[in-house]
Amino acid sequence: MKDKIAEKLLLFIAFSAILSLLLITFFIFQQGIPLIFKVGLSNFFSTHWAPTRGNFGILSMIIGSLMVTAGALVVGIPFGLACAIFLAEFSSPPIQKTLKPIIELLAGIPSVVYGFIGIVILVPFIREHFGGPGFSVLAASIILGIMILPTIVSISYDALLAVPNTYREGSYAVGATKWQTVVMLLLPAARSGIVAGIILGMGRAIGETMAVIMIAGNALKIPHSMLDSVRTLTSTLALELGYATGDHRAALFACGSFLFLIIILLNIIAIKITGRK
Amino acid sequence: MIKVSIKNLNLFYNKVQALKNISLDIEKNEILGVIGPANSGKSSLLRAINRLSENDYARLSGTIILDDTDIFTIPINDLRRRVGLIFATPVVLPGSIHKNMSYGPKLHRRFKGSELDEIIFNALSAANLWKEVKDRLKDSASTLSGGQQQRLCIARTLAMDPEVIMMDEPCSGLDPISTAKIEATMFELKEKYTFILVTNNTKQAARVANKTAFFLAGELIEIDKTEKIFTNPADSRTDGYIRGKFG
Repeated sequence: MKDKIAEKLLLFIAFSAILSLLLITFFIFQQGIPLIFKVGLSNFFSTHWAPTRGNFGILSMIIGSLMVTAGALVVGIPFGLACAIFLAEFSSPPIQKTLKPIIELLAGIPSVVYGFIGIVILVPFIREHFGGPGFSVLAASIILGIMILPTIVSISYDALLAVPNTYREGSYAVGATKWQTVVMLLLPAARSGIVAGIILGMGRAIGETMAVIMIAGNALKIPHSMLDSVRTLTSTLALELGYATGDHRAALFACGSFLFLIIILLNIIAIKITGRK
Repeated sequence: MIKVSIKNLNLFYNKVQALKNISLDIEKNEILGVIGPANSGKSSLLRAINRLSENDYARLSGTIILDDTDIFTIPINDLRRRVGLIFATPVVLPGSIHKNMSYGPKLHRRFKGSELDEIIFNALSAANLWKEVKDRLKDSASTLSGGQQQRLCIARTLAMDPEVIMMDEPCSGLDPISTAKIEATMFELKEKYTFILVTNNTKQAARVANKTAFFLAGELIEIDKTEKIFTNPADSRTDGYIRGKFG
């Protein structure tokens, strides 16, 4: 009897989690999508964003989000992969046991702290050494690159560890060095896991808001270089939703819908890739 | 002529001593059978000879000489090319049969034109596998049967042009017909290579080995001509193991 009640209760809780996700999805789309149809796709995907005067173009923000995300991947993939390879293949167990939790701790640092470090250290550094305002695509890319490290490292690390040890031994037994084994055998074998890690990291970079607002400069234009300041979709939502009304508010929800679609797409791709064998 | 000479070899995993003061010589072009119950140090011996034990964080002392050269002075990938190891469970690498065959040779040098295909043909033929796989070299290696996979592993080792081939219970998971094929392969190849065959199947050692060594709890109890070991061993423990009284 008690068992039955516990089971039903847990089922209810599980379903309420799914239900809240569905409600959020429904709410965002219901608030945002009508506006896209009202103003038309050509307006919505133009570069002119002046929502109080009827211009709802989000293209510069999409480009901003994409640039910052691409930059984050350029920083995060090499470091993250190198880190995962070192941990999984080249370090002894005690080093692994120390380093892995430290890297995972990176994920626990609040994003506002990353933004703070960016403002205090990175932005002035870029301004002095590379020119421009400092608040830039470059600054956001570097900070986001560090923020997605734990995702890339831990998923790639797990993927490498999941490669059967017999492959390694078979490779060593024909005279491969550790490095040859990693490049020619382990990375291809762990490919799907690594790609999934990168895609999830990408999702995190696109969705990140606080740190980006603090260091990207938030200028509403298509950036022409890595040193230009930039505004992302998420920044726009966070900066404007507080005072937006009417169509402006609906436009922000439309931005949110678009973002939501991208994230869902990335997650589906990641799940497909890891599930494929 | 002595191909591999082992002197006073000790091997530790942490505090556990897996090999205790082993000294033995392996003649060129002979098959040395290594028998003994589980945990007697047979596999550790093989892994010490091609220095795979270093990946297990094992500590070694003593000397292993390959053709008058201390193996610890030979570059490790060179050593492993010269001393091939075949595992109990066939270790096929992900990818096609062709990729499995070309993986090792490509690590060590570049090939021109059909040179690599010729090496693959020769190795697969020598391992008695060519006829069965010649039309499906592009297929995944994991589609082969267990016995075929093991012969692919032998062929892969042959493609490296090794001098010594070590086998760690190569037939433990195979049916009698596959086992017979692998034993026949070993017999044919004896002319060119030196074999060390670790086996749990004492009858297999009796069938193929010229000499047999009996290991027990990390010690080499005795090594002698196979007929002598199986008919009139010097040590009563050897006799007991062969008659199936323990182990």
